[in-house]
Amino acid sequence: MLNPISLAFKNAKKKKRPALLTYTVAGDSSKKQSLEILKAISNYADILEVGVPHNTPVADGGQIQTSAYRAIKNGIKMNDIFKIVSDFKKTKNSKPVILMGYYNMIYQYGENNFLKKCKKSEVNGLIVVDLPWPENKIFSKKCKKNEINFIQLLSPTTSNKRLKSITKDSHDMIYYISMLSTTGGKLKVSPKKILANYNKIKKISPKKNCVIGFGITEKTISKFKNTDGLVVGSQICKEITRSLNNRQNPVINVSKMVNKLRKKIS
Amino acid sequence: MKLKKGIPVIDQGDKLGFWGGKFGGNFVPETLKKPIEDLEIQFNRLKNNKNFIKERDRYFRNWIGTPTRFIKLNNLTKHVGGAQIWSKVVSDANGGAHKIYNATVHCLLAKRSGKKVIIGDTGAGYAGKMLSMAAKKFGLKCKIFMGAKDIKRQQPNVKAMKKNGADVIPVYSGSQTLVDAVSECMRYWVANCDTTAMCVGSTVGPAIFVRICGWSTSQISRELKAQLVNEFGDIPKKLKLYNCVGGGSSSFGFWNEFIDYDKKQVEFIGVEAGGPAKSNRHAAPLTYGSKIGILHGAAQYVNQNSDGQIEETESISAGLDYPGISPLHCFLKDTKRARYTAASDEEALKAYQIVTKYESLRPSLEPSHAFSVAIKEAKKLSKDTIVIINSCGDAYKDRGILEKKLGKKYVKSN
Repeated sequence: MLNPISLAFKNAKKKKRPALLTYTVAGDSSKKQSLEILKAISNYADILEVGVPHNTPVADGGQIQTSAYRAIKNGIKMNDIFKIVSDFKKTKNSKPVILMGYYNMIYQYGENNFLKKCKKSEVNGLIVVDLPWPENKIFSKKCKKNEINFIQLLSPTTSNKRLKSITKDSHDMIYYISMLSTTGGKLKVSPKKILANYNKIKKISPKKNCVIGFGITEKTISKFKNTDGLVVGSQICKEITRSLNNRQNPVINVSKMVNKLRKKIS
Repeated sequence: MKLKKGIPVIDQGDKLGFWGGKFGGNFVPETLKKPIEDLEIQFNRLKNNKNFIKERDRYFRNWIGTPTRFIKLNNLTKHVGGAQIWSKVVSDANGGAHKIYNATVHCLLAKRSGKKVIIGDTGAGYAGKMLSMAAKKFGLKCKIFMGAKDIKRQQPNVKAMKKNGADVIPVYSGSQTLVDAVSECMRYWVANCDTTAMCVGSTVGPAIFVRICGWSTSQISRELKAQLVNEFGDIPKKLKLYNCVGGGSSSFGFWNEFIDYDKKQVEFIGVEAGGPAKSNRHAAPLTYGSKIGILHGAAQYVNQNSDGQIEETESISAGLDYPGISPLHCFLKDTKRARYTAASDEEALKAYQIVTKYESLRPSLEPSHAFSVAIKEAKKLSKDTIVIINSCGDAYKDRGILEKKLGKKYVKSN
C-alpha cells in the first residue's frame, strides 16, 4: 500500500497537475485558528506542511519569521502542535501532514519520543531544515522505521556527487530549493533554469516525487506546471499577517488564496 | 571525553565536526553545505602553509601591532594583597580588541577565494568594527548585522563601522541583540553565499567558523608564552589565566597554547556574564548548567526552554550577551580542563572601578567580569602565584553605559 504522501502525488498526477503543498505555521495566529486554516485549505491543497515555530531560524525570511514569532508569543508548545495535527487528522477531509522545523525542537523532545508522538498524531513526513545529509542519516532511518517520510532537501549549491548520495538515501519525496534564498525571497532565477535543475534531479531519481519550493507564489506558480509538486509558504503567511492587520478573517482569505493557487495549476 | 595532547584543540573534532563526539557539528541548511565545505578545504590547506602564515604574521605585526603588552599591575597587586596580578593588554591591538585577529584572517581567506563582499555579526560592536576595518584594508565590501538594542548601547563602535564604509544593518527580530544578529547574518549568507564571504564574530557557528576563529585568536597565547618566558625564565609553576567568556573567542585564544600543561600548573578560569544580580536571565550557560541544544549551526550548552526555544539573555555587557557558548568551551568544561564561573553586572562594574582607580588600564565591561573574579580569588592565593587577566577590550565603547551607571564625572576622570 502506498503511503499517504505518495498517494497524494499519485492522485494529482492522475489529474495531470502538480501536487499543491502549503506551508502554515502551527499556532499562527492561535492554536484554534491555525487548525481552522488547515481544515479550510485542505479542500484545495494536497499535502499540508505544518511549520514548527522556532525563535532562531537560520533559513526563514521575514514573512515566516513573523508568523513564527506570533505563534510563539501566543504560547504554542510542541505538544500543542501534535494536538493540532491529530485534531486535523480526525476531520473528514484531512490530508497528509508534514511537520517542518529546526532540529533543536526534535533534539529537546528526544528523537524517539518525537517520532512516537508523530506516529500517534498521524504525522506523515518531516522536514528538518538544519539537519542536512549526512548528519541526518541515523535519524532518517529511524523515521523510515516508523513509516514517516524524512524529506531530504536539495539546493542549487548541491554538487552532483552529493545529489546522488542524498537522493539515494531519501524516501519517497524530495524537496528542491529553487534558489539561494531564505524563504519568501523573490524569484531571482529564471523558471527555465530551475526546471533544468529539477529535471536533472528527476533524471537521477525518476521514481521519487520532487517538489519545488522557495519563490513560488500566485504570480509564478503556473510556470512550474510540469512538476511533481509545488510548495507555497511565505505568501500564505503574509496573507495571514495582512488579514490580521486589516481585521479580516485569515481563515477565509487564506482559503481563497489556496483555491486560486490550485486553479492556476489545474 | 578526553583532550588529546599534541593536537591543536581546533583539530580535535571528528569527521562531522563534533568535539568530544557531541559539541559543534554543522546544523545548517543544505544551501550552506557547499560554501562551508569550500571554506573547510581552503582553511585546511592554508593553515599549515608557510606563505600564508607569513602573510598573516606580517599583517598581525605591521597592521594589528603585535605583540600586545604584558604588564604587572603593581598597585592592584598591593591593594588586593595576595597573588601577583598581571594583565595581557590585548586591547592594545589595532581597533581596541581581540576581534581584529579573526576579522583579518577571514578577510585574507575571502580575498584568496575571490569574494568581493564580506558580512559579519556583532554584539558589542567590536567584531563588526574590526571586520569593517579589515574589509577596508583588503578592499572588500562589508555588511554588519547588529541587534537594534546593541546599536543603541554601543554607539561609538557603530560610528566607527560606518566611518570604515560598512553598512550597519539593524536587526529587529527577537531580543534585538547578538543572538538575532548572528541568525540574520546566517540568513543573509544563505541567500548570497555565491558571492559573499561570512565571518562569524566568535568561536561559534558551524565547526569551520569555530576553528578559524580559534586559530586566529590563538595569537594571544602565542605572544603570552614568549612574554612569560622572557619575564620569568620559564612558564611559572602556579599560573592562573582569567578571561571573560561570551562566545568564547578571546578566552580560547588566551588559553590555546597552554592547553597541554597540567591544570595544576596552568589553570584556566572562564568568567561568564551573570546578568543583573536579581535577574534570572543570565548569559552563563556553563556556570548555571544549561542543557545541550543547537544554536547557529552547532551543538552546545545553551539557555533554552523545555521546548527548545532559545532564551533571551540579559547582561550589561553586549559582548557577553549571548545564550550559547563555543563548542570548544563546552569541550574544555566537560574534559575539566577549564573552570567556569560567572560575575554579575554589579560585580563587573565594581571591578571596573577598582581597576581604573589603581591602574592606568581601562578594561571594557567584558574583561571587567574577569577582573571581578580574579580580584576576589587573588586575595586568597600565595604571592608566588601569577594571575593574568586578559584585558581584551577597551572601555571607550562603554562610555554611555558607564556614564549612566557611575556618573559623568567618574567617566571623565578616567
